[in-house]
Amino acid sequence: MLGKLDWSAIPFDEPIPLVAAGIIGLGVLGVLAWITVKGFWPYLWREWITSVDHKRIGVMYIALALLMLIRGFVDAIMMRSHQAMAVNAEGFLPPDHYDQIFSAHGTIMIFFGAMPFVVGMMNFVVPLQLGIRDVAFPTLNSMSFWLTASGALLVNVSLVVGEFARTGWLPYAPLSELDYSPGVGVDYYLWAIQVAGVGTLMSGVNLVTTILKMRAPGMGLLRMPMFCWTSLAANLLIVAAFPILTATLAMLTLDRYLGFHFFTNEAGGNMMMFVNLIWAWGHPEVYILILPAFGIFSEIFATFSGKPLFGYRSMVAATLFIVVVSFTVWLHHFFTMGAGANVNAAFGIATSVIAVGTGVKVYNWIFTMYGGRLRFATPMLWSVAFILVFVVGGMTGVLLAVPPADFMLHNSLFLVAHFHNVIIGGVLFGLFAGYTYWFPKAFGFTLDEWWGKVAFWLTLLGFVLVFGPLYILGLEGMTRRLQHIEVEQWEPWLMVALAGVVVMIGGVAAQVVQLVVSIRRRHELRDTTGDPWDGRSLEWATPSPPPPYNFAVIPDVENEEAYWSIKQSAIRSQSLGEEPDYKPIEMPRNSPTGFVTAFFSTLIGFALIWHIWWLAVLGLVGAYATFVVFAWRDEVEYEVPLETVVEAERERRAAAQAWLAEHGGRTA
Amino acid sequence: MTIPRSGAAAPVRSRGRHGWALLALGACALLLAGCGEISILRPAGPIGEGNRQILLNSLAVMLVIVVPTMIATLAFAWWFRAGNPKAKYRPEFTYSGRIEVIVWSIPILTILFIGGLIWYGSHELDPFKPLDSDEPTLEVQVVSLDWKWLFIYPEAQVASVNELVIPVGRPVRFRITSASVMNTFFIPNLGSMIYAMNGMETKLYLQADREGTFYGQSAHYSGDGFSGMNFDVRAVPEAEFSAWAVGLKAAGPVLNVETYRELSRQSRDVLPYTYSHVQGGLFESVVDQTLPPGPGPESGRGGAEEIHPESSPEASAEQPAPAAAPASASAHGAHHEG
Repeated sequence: MLGKLDWSAIPFDEPIPLVAAGIIGLGVLGVLAWITVKGFWPYLWREWITSVDHKRIGVMYIALALLMLIRGFVDAIMMRSHQAMAVNAEGFLPPDHYDQIFSAHGTIMIFFGAMPFVVGMMNFVVPLQLGIRDVAFPTLNSMSFWLTASGALLVNVSLVVGEFARTGWLPYAPLSELDYSPGVGVDYYLWAIQVAGVGTLMSGVNLVTTILKMRAPGMGLLRMPMFCWTSLAANLLIVAAFPILTATLAMLTLDRYLGFHFFTNEAGGNMMMFVNLIWAWGHPEVYILILPAFGIFSEIFATFSGKPLFGYRSMVAATLFIVVVSFTVWLHHFFTMGAGANVNAAFGIATSVIAVGTGVKVYNWIFTMYGGRLRFATPMLWSVAFILVFVVGGMTGVLLAVPPADFMLHNSLFLVAHFHNVIIGGVLFGLFAGYTYWFPKAFGFTLDEWWGKVAFWLTLLGFVLVFGPLYILGLEGMTRRLQHIEVEQWEPWLMVALAGVVVMIGGVAAQVVQLVVSIRRRHELRDTTGDPWDGRSLEWATPSPPPPYNFAVIPDVENEEAYWSIKQSAIRSQSLGEEPDYKPIEMPRNSPTGFVTAFFSTLIGFALIWHIWWLAVLGLVGAYATFVVFAWRDEVEYEVPLETVVEAERERRAAAQAWLAEHGGRTA
Repeated sequence: MTIPRSGAAAPVRSRGRHGWALLALGACALLLAGCGEISILRPAGPIGEGNRQILLNSLAVMLVIVVPTMIATLAFAWWFRAGNPKAKYRPEFTYSGRIEVIVWSIPILTILFIGGLIWYGSHELDPFKPLDSDEPTLEVQVVSLDWKWLFIYPEAQVASVNELVIPVGRPVRFRITSASVMNTFFIPNLGSMIYAMNGMETKLYLQADREGTFYGQSAHYSGDGFSGMNFDVRAVPEAEFSAWAVGLKAAGPVLNVETYRELSRQSRDVLPYTYSHVQGGLFESVVDQTLPPGPGPESGRGGAEEIHPESSPEASAEQPAPAAAPASASAHGAHHEG
């Protein structure tokens, strides 16, 4: 009846996951009870769960990402503290638990922390910057989000029902094959990633279509804000790379479920092919994460320098250059597998060539600052720190691309320090900068600056303290994923890294405090104009938060800085121009399709993990039925009445008029 | 033996032999200060030395642009702050052909240098490339098992587990395979690492130029017992090496197909021991899979009943591997006797 599932699946013998799951479970129950008592369910269902509004979906993506970042960070705290205590000692985590933790840490941080954060940011910002009302396929967008959430749920269920993979965040064969990983851990990994991966792929298709087909009139490709360019690049990479991941994991699934031999030791299986294929996705994935962050920095450097982005076309070229070259470098992840010198050299050179694109970007950001009038609000602090940190991460990355150096640094803590250097110092700094930058647009009030700066400085300091020692440990030959350590020489640096983690906990806490303080002070921090940072692109032309339809009248775009030029001409003429002829607006209807499909997908995933075949069939039928019901819907859109539109627009124009009167004398 | 694991502090050879690597050395003086005995920056042989040289040269080339870039970032950010009345506000400065040329040229030039280093280094330090030497090359066959290392000395027909003894000054040809999952054979002070994979053979040429005890490990995670997959590498004079190899024949278990099957079962934190005799062609049998891969664990959480129904219930993953082994500890960190 329940397949492999029985009471032995619950780790009663391991207090740490049980207690952790208990706390999480109580927290979730508490939140659910609170929602029920307050009677928020109808509101949540109507305005969020079934919403197809790209802004709402973006916010939900980011909320999921923040939760998962905290889960992954807890894993990181456990790993750092365990290793610091495990020098010639046992530490506090037994190997099977420690191995799950580092596997879950990587999986959660990449797939359910960084990815949803990036996708959420693109979802929220791109349509606003393009001057349009929603993405190309709004219901599909909702489905993408809920499938991602479904994958995240499966990973977290593994904490207490069964186990998670003990194979690392990429389940290298043959360790991940049934012979060497007979438990359900790898199956949790496979189905969670497959479900979430489908969501990501659909989200990629959606955003590529949106950017290529739905820009406001006059916004040629070369007038798009840089964030839209990097989003286009990242989504093209998603569309090209994620099918490789899906196919690779499907092959491993066939090995594990149906006795195939794609990657097994025996019967002609080839483990090297797994490594090859997973990195053919894995390396572009790195650029899927970092390119949108590059876009965020580009927006922020321009806004806070009070200047257009320097070398816009050069930046576009560098972005596209990175897109192409990122598909030609994946072999650098396994120089030590024994390919010949020519192969290693070719891929090493290709890898370092990518640094050209990144280098060009760095110089263009620096020259954006040159001649500017710089305001050091929190987003700008993250951005400047990013350049300083990222050039170091880029340099160590090129070092690892030099095969003879990689022969000694492969899989070492130097490598671990390198990719955390670029992913925290690049991706996460960018996302935090973007989070602070666009928060007022999403919620109508800015985030508290003082706590933002505290969070920034603590995170930066903690980051240097953690990963500086890891670089050194890598040079001292320490390899990654050690559950116990027999070399005393490494202990001092592990202690410094642990101290760094403590500082980083302070940084994370400051971000939480910042959010709470900002919500409490929201009336003081209210953004009345919709343009709190003196922005340059179209999202700042809307009120904060924007109405569901974003723009009452789709703007006409005349140059690269659509909103900046509108703003300047309004300042010059001291007028907002004639009130346009408003019309009622057709918007897509909300739909529970995404949520219901994801519900059934979760059932399918869970059922396949535990070999509960009837439940898998049930889930499949349910998901398919949901599609059919959706396909037969009659009403696709609803109409926003003219009065609502006019009322909102008059309010917006009144605020803009007040702003103009106040800033009358100012010239650009 | 006591920890620290490395031998007496031998002088670091040829530090700063190349003049322009001095720059890099200066820049990473801080790092070097932190580097103890086990370090890829304190090589004990030609391969490690070559790798280090390429690493430092690449670092030097990149620091030449990275340091000015960081300084420019800080300088521009500070000078053009909104509160500085002396800074000239130039919002129209958004494109300059000259700057674009420089902006593209600097990274390209740097990468040309690095590319040269990569090409040269990849060929010169290819792990499969034999070492030039007047001394005869010693062959050692390496098998990574769950979770210990087997070293077979085909000439002497002896073998050791979790301890590697090599003669100083002689090139060593390591032929490497795996009995189960992937591992990486890595001795940081000697240089390059390479994967060990079942059904395949990789090669690695290394040489120790000074006596000492070096730390060796698997540098690729291979399962729950991975952390115990480390070993001492003793680099000893030729005579001592020969005496050691001959001495092994006096006592200890024999490694043949039967004892190998026992050995290939999972066991953790195995203390070093030796085999007095090794059946010929054993390594080749592992590579061509006439000896089947190691069996893996008996069960995992959720899924116990479906896996390995044929295996005997008492053979648990925690059980010490070779019946003939003199000692085997399951406690963590019990690798070495005090």
